[in-house]
Amino acid sequence: MTQQETAPAATARRAGAAPLLQIRGLEVGFRTQGGFVPAVRGVDITLESGGTLAIVGESGSGKSTTAQSIIGLLPGTGQVTAGEIMFDGRDLTKLPESELQDVRGRLIGYVPQDPMSNLNPVWNIGFQVEEAIKANNVAQGRAARQRTIEVLQEAGLRDAGSRLKQYPHQFSGGMRQRVLIGIGLSSRPDLLIADEPTSALDVTVQKTILDHLDTLTRDYGTSVLFITHDLGLAVERAEQLVVMYKGRVVEAGPSREILANPLHPYTQRLVAAAPSLASRRIQSARRPETTRHLDISAVGSIDEALIARADARESAPAKELIRVSDVSKVYRIRQGGFRHTELKAVDEVSFGIDRGTTTALVGESGSGKSTVAKLVLQLESITSGSISVDGKDVARLKGKDLLDFRRRVQPVFQDPYGSLDPLYNVGKTIAEPLEVHDVGDATSRRARVRELLDQVALPTSMVDRYPNELSGGQRQRIAIARALALKPDVIVLDEAVSALDVLVQGQVLNLLTDLQAELGLTYLFITHDLAVVRLIADNVCVMQSGRIVETATTDEVFDAPKTEYTKRLLEAIPGADFQFGR
Amino acid sequence: MPSSTARTAHFVADLDETPVTTTIDVVDETQRARSTWGDAWESMRRRPLFWFSSVLIVFILVVAIFPDLFSRVSPNTGCLLPDSNSGPEAGHPFGFTRQGCDVYSRVVHGAQASILVGFLATAIVAVLGVVVGALAGFYGGFLDGLLSRVADIFFAIPTVLGAIVLISVLPDRTPLVIALVLSLFAWPQIARIMRGAVLSAKSADYVMASTALGVSRFRILLRHVLPNAIAPVIVVCTTLLGTFIVAEATLSFLGIGLPPGTMSWGADIQQATASIRTAPFVLFVPSAALALTVLSFLMLGDVVRDALDPKARARR
Repeated sequence: MTQQETAPAATARRAGAAPLLQIRGLEVGFRTQGGFVPAVRGVDITLESGGTLAIVGESGSGKSTTAQSIIGLLPGTGQVTAGEIMFDGRDLTKLPESELQDVRGRLIGYVPQDPMSNLNPVWNIGFQVEEAIKANNVAQGRAARQRTIEVLQEAGLRDAGSRLKQYPHQFSGGMRQRVLIGIGLSSRPDLLIADEPTSALDVTVQKTILDHLDTLTRDYGTSVLFITHDLGLAVERAEQLVVMYKGRVVEAGPSREILANPLHPYTQRLVAAAPSLASRRIQSARRPETTRHLDISAVGSIDEALIARADARESAPAKELIRVSDVSKVYRIRQGGFRHTELKAVDEVSFGIDRGTTTALVGESGSGKSTVAKLVLQLESITSGSISVDGKDVARLKGKDLLDFRRRVQPVFQDPYGSLDPLYNVGKTIAEPLEVHDVGDATSRRARVRELLDQVALPTSMVDRYPNELSGGQRQRIAIARALALKPDVIVLDEAVSALDVLVQGQVLNLLTDLQAELGLTYLFITHDLAVVRLIADNVCVMQSGRIVETATTDEVFDAPKTEYTKRLLEAIPGADFQFGR
Repeated sequence: MPSSTARTAHFVADLDETPVTTTIDVVDETQRARSTWGDAWESMRRRPLFWFSSVLIVFILVVAIFPDLFSRVSPNTGCLLPDSNSGPEAGHPFGFTRQGCDVYSRVVHGAQASILVGFLATAIVAVLGVVVGALAGFYGGFLDGLLSRVADIFFAIPTVLGAIVLISVLPDRTPLVIALVLSLFAWPQIARIMRGAVLSAKSADYVMASTALGVSRFRILLRHVLPNAIAPVIVVCTTLLGTFIVAEATLSFLGIGLPPGTMSWGADIQQATASIRTAPFVLFVPSAALALTVLSFLMLGDVVRDALDPKARARR
């Protein structure tokens, strides 16, 4: 093992067979109050010069910790306890901080996950890029300024020269991520680590950014290490794949081969749960002939009575439960002083939802889909048009009628960390709607809470737990239980599964499907993720800048999209045409 | 060195070494339930500073409520002028004041007035600040504008300066009056903190979820927003208590605090300054008592802040 090598020797080595990055037996752990917790346990990863590799796994699998230990930026009490990280002939775990600083940035670039928080809001973009260039000794003085402009142009900012003096808040999320990629690549590093580089962005933006990253890294011969939870992205952008589970590598190799033919049971499960365009709607017990191979929650027994009831409902003529007609929502935005501008968030939107079906509202951020959800829930007032539920105009409801409407239409929100009061335990949270609507007495409420926990497949012992002790998926199931407490007809799900890991997401989607079959619920499902739509929706409305551009059944939208916009959305889904081995 | 073929081969980990749990996202039922407040208590319980300051505060409170348990000597009767400013002797551990009264006894008996003013003022400020701040932050609009401007007006007046002016025109100077005057100029601080905390709590998703459940606005304020916004107020109040005790001492020192008949640390400090060169211990003892009291409240405030600030907690 050679620790110190001169630059020419290292280059010569790289030209030979030695890989650019070779991690062997890496062990990383964190010191906590409860003792030492291992996060990465004996990981081996090899990345060729000029190659692309993706590490996939759910949150807590150790994929980000592995990446952070490469550049020596482990958070808090984390430390490498064993193994070696050979980069270009040097073991990074044994390098002193001063030398590591030189490697970081100059030889290994890093693109962080969140473009919103990784640029300093008080410095302009030009300053921040120039700082990175100077720090890595790429150029100094006037040349550095010139290089800054080049870097930003390369990163796809067309008018880079004039935007240097702008601040992060004046850039969109996609633009900021381009800036961060530009910083990461500014010194032409040998390796670029991209930690979930696009998970905060819309699919179409994601596609542009990834295409761009592809071009740049191919031009420079940069190796790329992707950290991602998205199997589609991994198969589309990386040649090699490493699947991590609980701190260990469970499967590694060529990504297409692994995902077409997963061998480890964990990979098989990941692949099975990954929603993609090729998947079909999750069927609940109500259509028994399809459940056996498609239902990943493995709902065992099929209740004959349930099927009979579902059949009866399906044979009856569909009855429209929600009607949204020509609804607009205009926000007045203060422009300083007494001036206002008007923002039309929702523009003459019309659609209907039949009882017992799921309608998905899809669109990118800013398309107005969440505003429609709030209008249907009557959390915002309608500017013009009308929404009726079961023939009653919801905008006119007052007092007792409004309370009655609230009982029938319930929401589940996106952020499982924000939608539960942290000071309320599970039992109190689920019982709150019962108390507000004066349903039953204390004893019967407690019984109902237990029943609801059972319905969302959580143990009844959870009643005195607090939200901070639960995982995202568990919280979301609590939110669903709360929504079900009053036996509603309609549930509005606003990005309800977007924040969850694939496996947990699959579990929650299954739960929702089962509940729909069992209770005859009607769902309005708001999401940006078209692949999820295919799993759950009967009908789809595609929204673009406040308008609905396409309405059709799910199969029609996916198999024969009519508008350009829908086609673009579908094409942008990573790994859309890849046939996962299920 | 692994061979180059190992890099492209399809590697699958040994199943025995990487067992996959069959269930997804199960609840760890072995763990004990912990609330946010329970967490805060756990975190405080571990800090020596918490126990140190709490024990000190409890001790000071006991002294304030039952001064006779600690001193049999009368603080203000039976003082003999020949004892004036004389040093410690048996039964009189800290010597005598200029008037010939027992210093130790005066400090013990003086605690009551100082602590009473501190607690009263803090209670008034907390109630007034929380109510005003919560209403302004939660309902917003015109009410917010009105309450915030009123708060700004009082905020602009320095507490002690305002108190001096106001007290000089008041006929009566009971502890309650002093506390009221001090809180009149201090409540905007709490109101501002409360308003900010309420603003951020009311935009939380659980508030929207409760609205959609049919919970009334006022009930949301009472049941969800207030409990989630109260933590910073508790922290500041702990610290404020200390500053109120100082403020009372300052006013008494200036001769416009509690009336001359009432014993208080501030008044004693003022009287002792006359003989600071001949008998410094007469000045030192009440000053030390004052400093120790304020310090213990500040320390407690520190511990409480660490325990209630989720960010500080995450770091540990």
